[in-house]
Amino acid sequence: MPKIIIDRDKCKGCLLCVSFCPKKLISKDRGLNKKGLNPVKFSDKSGCLGCALCAIICPDCCIEVYK
Amino acid sequence: MEKIYSHPKSLRNLSTHYCPGCGHGIAHRLIAEVVDELGIREKVIAIAPVGCAVIAYDYWDFDCSEAAHGRALAVATAIKRVRQDNIVFTYQGDGDLAAIGTNETIHAANRGENVCVFFINNAVYGMTGGQMAPTTLLNQKTSTTIKGRDAGLHGYPLKISEMLALLPGVKYIERTSLHSPPEIIKTKKAINKAFLNQIEGVGFSLVEILSPCPTYWGMAPKASLDWIRDTMSKEFPLGRIK
Repeated sequence: MPKIIIDRDKCKGCLLCVSFCPKKLISKDRGLNKKGLNPVKFSDKSGCLGCALCAIICPDCCIEVYK
Repeated sequence: MEKIYSHPKSLRNLSTHYCPGCGHGIAHRLIAEVVDELGIREKVIAIAPVGCAVIAYDYWDFDCSEAAHGRALAVATAIKRVRQDNIVFTYQGDGDLAAIGTNETIHAANRGENVCVFFINNAVYGMTGGQMAPTTLLNQKTSTTIKGRDAGLHGYPLKISEMLALLPGVKYIERTSLHSPPEIIKTKKAINKAFLNQIEGVGFSLVEILSPCPTYWGMAPKASLDWIRDTMSKEFPLGRIK
C-alpha cells in the first residue's frame, strides 16, 4: 500500500502539499515542530495513490514516497 | 515497498533558510535531481548569485563558487574556458541577472559561452526587503512601488529572455514555472535539456523559471502559485522562446 513519510522538523507548514493531494490525506498538524511551526501530517494511510504530487510540490524536500 | 521519491544525493539534507512556500527550494531540488540523473555530480560547478540564493553552496552537495553581485556569468565564463571538461551553470535571480548583472548577462550570451543559466524570476527583490525589480509587473505593489508599478515612472517589466533570444550566440531559451506539479516536471525537463546542450557543446542555454515569493507578494503560498498561473504567466508567457 503506498504511503508517504514527512520529515516533521524540516516542514515549514506552507501547506502546498495539502492543496495538491488528490485524496486530501494531508492536513495541518496542531502540534509544533522544532522550528516552532505547525507542520503537516499524513492521515488515513489506506487511500494514498503514491502519485508523489506532494513530494514534487514540496519546497523543502521533506516528503518521501513509498509505493 | 519501494521508495519512489526522496531526497536527491546532490542536495544536502538541511533545512533551508528560505521562507515557507518559496520556489527556490523546488528549483534547487530539480537541479540536484537532474545532476544526479545525468551522473555529472563530480564534474558540475555551480555559480551562486547574490540574492536570496546567495548561500545555495551550502545546500548543493557539489562544487560551487560565489560571484560578486550580478557577475555570475563572468565567473562562469572564466571557469568554463579554463576547465572545459567541467559542467558549469549559474543560478541567478532577477535582481542579479536582470538588474546589476545585465551587462555580464548580455555579453556572455552574445559570446555564446557554453554554459547553462538558471534564471529565477519572482518579480521582486527578495533578500533586500521586497523592493521593485526590473521584472516587477505593472501595477504590482512592492515596498518601493506602494501604489503599484507605474509605466510612466518606473518603466515596463524587462523581458530578458526575449531580448537574449535575438542574439545569435544563444542556442536555447525556455520559460517555465513552478506553479503546479506538471509545470515543475516541465521545468525539470528544461533544466535537463540545458545541461545536455552544454555536454554536447551546443552553446549558451537559459531556463527562466517563474518562482513564487509569498512573503513579498503578501500572499499565502497557494495563492502565490495561483497568481503565477493567472497573472504573471500572462506577462511572461511560458514555453520555448528559442
